[in-house]
Formats: sequence, structure tokens, C-alpha cells
Amino acid sequence: MRIYLDHNATTPVREEVVDAMADILRSGFGNPSSVYQEGAAARARLEKARAQVASLLGAEANEIRFTSGATEANNTLLLGLLEPGDHVVTTSVEHPSVLAPLEILESQGVAVTRVPPDADGCVEADAVLDAIGPATKLVSVIWANNETGALQPVEAIAEGARARGVLVHSDATQGVGKLVIDLARVPLDYLSTSAHKLGGPKGAGALFVRDGRAAPAYLLGGGQEKGMRGGTENVAGLVGFGVACALAEAEIDDRLARYASLRDRLWQGLQEALDGLRWNGDPKRALVNTLNVEFEGVAGEVLVQALDLEGVAVSAGAACHSGSIDPSKVLTAMGRTPEQARASLRLSVGHGLDEAAIDEAVLLFARLVPRVREMENA
Amino acid sequence: MSTEGEGRVVVAMSGGVDSSVAAAMLVESGADAIGVTMKLSESESRCCSLEDADDARRVAERIGIRFYVANYADAFTKEVVEPFADAYLAARTPIPCVACNQSFKFDHLLDRARVFGAERVATGHYARLEHDPETGAARLFRGRDRHKDQSYFLFSLTQEQLRAASFPVGDLTKEQVRERARDLGLGTAEKPESQEICFVPDGDYAKVVERLRPEAGRLRGDIVDEAGRVLGEHRGVHHFTVGQRHGLGISSDRRLYVLRLDPREQKVVVGGVEGLDCGRAQVDRVNWIAGTTPPEPVHVRVQVRHRHSPALARVTPGPGETAEIAFEEPVRAVAPGQAAVFYDAENDAEVIGGGWLTWGNA
Repeated sequence: MRIYLDHNATTPVREEVVDAMADILRSGFGNPSSVYQEGAAARARLEKARAQVASLLGAEANEIRFTSGATEANNTLLLGLLEPGDHVVTTSVEHPSVLAPLEILESQGVAVTRVPPDADGCVEADAVLDAIGPATKLVSVIWANNETGALQPVEAIAEGARARGVLVHSDATQGVGKLVIDLARVPLDYLSTSAHKLGGPKGAGALFVRDGRAAPAYLLGGGQEKGMRGGTENVAGLVGFGVACALAEAEIDDRLARYASLRDRLWQGLQEALDGLRWNGDPKRALVNTLNVEFEGVAGEVLVQALDLEGVAVSAGAACHSGSIDPSKVLTAMGRTPEQARASLRLSVGHGLDEAAIDEAVLLFARLVPRVREMENA
Repeated sequence: MSTEGEGRVVVAMSGGVDSSVAAAMLVESGADAIGVTMKLSESESRCCSLEDADDARRVAERIGIRFYVANYADAFTKEVVEPFADAYLAARTPIPCVACNQSFKFDHLLDRARVFGAERVATGHYARLEHDPETGAARLFRGRDRHKDQSYFLFSLTQEQLRAASFPVGDLTKEQVRERARDLGLGTAEKPESQEICFVPDGDYAKVVERLRPEAGRLRGDIVDEAGRVLGEHRGVHHFTVGQRHGLGISSDRRLYVLRLDPREQKVVVGGVEGLDCGRAQVDRVNWIAGTTPPEPVHVRVQVRHRHSPALARVTPGPGETAEIAFEEPVRAVAPGQAAVFYDAENDAEVIGGGWLTWGNA
């Protein structure tokens, strides 16, 4: 039996999502742009999904632009909105799909301020707001970090930026479905999200664009998604996204309690079984499902592989293409040494786990961590 | 999928055909094989490039085994590449493959294998092992394919390492290995041979030395004959190897060879081929495969570089892991830094031991 403890990487697709997608693939093949009935049926399903996504976020359906995922949403906004001479304020703990476009833009003359986090991975709202200057066009802050789960004070930042007349965006990919997000209350202008982090399929996501804000054209073609993204829509994937959002909305209170309980059980079990552990972050300012922990003196890469062989899936920082592991930039930005970062694993719980699985995982950690430590000292 | 147990073995998969077939043979024999590609360099040098890791991954998928990349780039730079550069600067001719086998495949990787619950590491080396059924003692032999034999690079392995080693292709010829790869439908079947040192992809090792030790780029010295007459200039002794004939940049009415290198004076001594003859040599850090030093001098065949027909010699163990070699007939071009590997005199098949050449002379 596998014990999947990497729900921040991706999540198992919910049965309800699979059923809805299979139904579309079997009988709802129409092109939403077509005028006849097949097209109209597909259009109706797509718009229902849009409403479901909007509802989860506290947004209006017309504020949801579908994309292939959060990477595309981030690229669309940043590359489309910012021009040479503009200034953007962000953090040094963003996802690569924000960091990489900003690096390109920086080389083209966009000024970028990256606010560093504290030792727990969180930035101060004031530090972000204080960096705003006359040329600042956008503030972009990740809502919840993918590696540590660290939560940023997005609400305060959004309010402050709005008061200063600056647009504000948040990459909320890890947060959606794992915390309450209400865009009716939080004055964000843009927000990125992705289906596969909350029980939906890969290849579906959205950029929330608040009514009246510009949405840059990114893929040119048939003018779909109000001109932002040409190309026939991924109807099945987006319908799956909609169902995943509807499930999240119905279950959010249960999820918050359930994930926190499993995550805390895992942390408690590990602490009872092992010495030399350190939580990378502040449990009170982190996603309820995420535990990033340093196993002192352990080669994280080896532990990940040994755990995998015994049936447990966890991740060590960000994995690069080759499958090898470089020290996490997020953890080093929090002041960890490269050795500490290499010794750190990301454990993230989610749907499908129960107490027995957590306890079994703890037993395997208890067996394998000392073995890896012994190897390191050999 | 089984968990840890008796038959679990880690296979070092380079992405080449030999280790691919080695992995497939283990699977056929019923072993619970785990493929691992060792990432030894951050750069895109030949042996450890992402493409090679992808080749290995595809083979692992094809034969249905789990696969991981093991990142040893930092340790490899420190333990293999930098000593390689320093050896050249000290006028020795290093063989990094021996250090890599000893410290990476059968040390770091073996450690990881044990964490994985495996007791063995398999590689695609052309070499053979026999185990004494009573004592478990390991004996090391040349690969069946003499043209591909790689036992020379394995002489420094200890009994503990050899007992944990497995060389599945050691009984096959290269052609048989390629045939098996084709039969198995492995994409690596026709992959060209990698002859050069993996982190010196274009063969320009002096460039590697100068990248790691920039001061080497400023070295200058004289090329002299045996009488001390200056014949030319050079750009550092790390450009030369004992026995080298090309690239001296001097003209002469006879063929000149590098006879000796003096790193302190930055002198390259050249002369006629007869000056390369070597009747005696000394080795240090000697490893005896059996695990014990013979009490008496041994009569063996000694191979002084990878492609060398071994010569009969008498090897006398000395103090502190040293030994003295007395060749029956002089051998040519014994380069300090290379390994002298001892094979049984009768069949020239079993590795008795070996050491690192410190000097040789007539």
C-alpha cells in the first residue's frame, strides 16, 4: 500500500471529478464556440464550471479566465502587464512560475523588489507596502508557499496596495481548497490557481481578473476567455476543475479540521520517535496540511528514495528535471544553511489519508532516519 | 513490488549499454533491482549528463525496475576531480576511474544501497568475481572479453567491497552485450562507447586542470634533453605524460619522448625511446585482493596502464603498503600516478593486487 504524503505536489483526482470528466469525454465533445446544440451543451458545462470556481473564491463568474494551470496564469499576468520602466514588488519565496518571468522582465528593464521572509518563511505586510514607489505597477505575493505552507498576510497587503492605487496579485495555487479565500472581502485584483492541487486534473487552472481590470492577451487565436487565451477550451479538464472546486466549497470546514489533525498527528508521532527534528516554519502561520521538517544530519535525497521504496511518497525541496535535488531556495531564503535545506523534507497531507496511514508512515520514518544518519556518519 | 530483502540489489546505471544490460540480467535472475544513476557533475559533461540519466531512466522503465538519481556532484568534485587536477600539477598521470569505483560506486553508492535494504551494488564493468563457498572470500578476474576488460580499474577494491559487488556482464563479450540489448529492445543498444574520462569530454584534460587550478595557466618551463640542454619551452608539466611523443613543439632529427617530469623545476625531460625502458618500479597504497599481504615476493604479471600487455615481474612487498616491482624484461613508459596491477603469472586472468606507481627507472 502506498502512503501519499505529497499533496502539495499534486493530489489524487477525486472520484466525482473523474466521473464528470469521463461523462464529458464520452458524450460532451462539442466545441463551446459552436452555435449548434453540441457546442451549446459544452458551453453550458464550461460556464457551470466557471461559476463553481468563482463561487469557491467568492468571485463572479465573469472574473474567472480559464488557463492550463497556475504557471500559465502567472506568466499571462506578469509578462502581459509589466513593461520596461515599471516596478513590481514581490517576495523572495515565490513559486518558480513567478520568479522566472520576473527574471526575464528584470533583464528587459522592469525593476523588481523581492522582499525577504523571516525565519518562518513569512513576510511583513509593511515591508511589502513600504517597497511601493511611484513607478510600482503591481504587487505580487504568494498566498501560501508550496514548500513550507507559510502563509503571507495577503489581506493586509491587498488592502494596503489598493489604498496606494497599486494593482495586487496573489499566486494562491497552494491555498485554494486548503484555506478560506473570499475575494469579495480581500481586495485582490488578480489571483492564480490550479485544479490539480485540490483534487482536480492537471492542465486546468484559472486567472481571476477582478471586474474592470485589464487581462492581457497571452495566446492569440480564436479570442476565447475574453481574448486572453485563444484556443479551444480544455472542456473536460475545466469541468473537472469546477467539480473539484464545488467539493472544496462543500467540505472546506471539514478539510481544515481533518488536515490539521492528520498533520499534527504526523508531527507528534515523528517527535516521539526521533530526535533532531525542526519544523521549518510557524505552525500558526502555515497551511493546515503542510509540515516542512528538517531531519538533522540526514541527506534528504536518500531519505526520500528510501521512503519511496518502503511505500511512502514525500518530497525534498523542489525536484529538478533529472530527479536530483538542489537545496531549496525557499529554505535558504529563510536563513537555513544548504545542509539544513538538504536535510529537510516536505510532508503534506490530504484526501485519502487516515490515522492508520500516518502512524505507518511514522514507523517507517523511525526505522529509516537512523539508517540514513548512520550512513552519513560512516 | 517487494520491500527490502535478500534479493535486493542496486545497479549503477550510467545510461550506457553495459550497465543497461547488467540491470536487465539481474531482473532476469529474479533480483529485486533498483537502478541508480550517479549525478557526478553539475555541468553537462558526457557521463553524467541529463540525457544519460534519461537514457538510464528509460531502460529502467522498460525492464520494470525503480529508478533514482543520486546526486554526488559536490563530493565527486572534491574527491575525484580536484585530486585529478592536483595529480597532473604534481607531474603524475592520474586514473580517476579507480578512485570513482572505490569511493563512489562501491562506497557512497554502497552506503545508499544499504539504506535501501540492499546488500549489493552491481555495475556494468567487464570483470568477474568468484566467491569461496566456504569463507565467502571474493576473487577478482579479468572480464571474459579481453578487449573490454576493466579489472585494471577495480584493483583497489577491498574484500568488503568485492563481496558486495556484482558484475553481471563480466562473462559476456561486448558484441553479446549489444545483442542482448537489442533483444531486450533497449534504446541504448547502439550507443557509442565512451572511452574518455567522463569529466574530460573532449580529451583536453589540461583545460580541466586549468579551470580548477587557474594558477596552472601561468606555468612556464623548459623542455630539456637528458644532458640538460634546453630544446624548447612549455606551458606547464600538466600538459605532459611520461611516454608522450606528440605535442612537444620541438623539432629534432630523432623521435623524442617525454622521459621524466619535474614539477618543482617545471622541467620536461625528453629523449630517445630507449630512455623509457624501465626495469624496476615502486608502488604505494598497495591493495592485495585477498586482504592480506603475501609474506614472500610473488611472481606475477604486472600491467602498468589500461592498454598494456602485462609483463612478468617479481613483486616484493615492502613496509607501509608499498611494494617493489622487478620486471624480467624492461617495460616502456612507466608513468607515476598510474596503477600497476598484478595478475596471476600463469593465466594472466586473476587480479592479485595492485598499487600506485611512485617511480620507475632502468
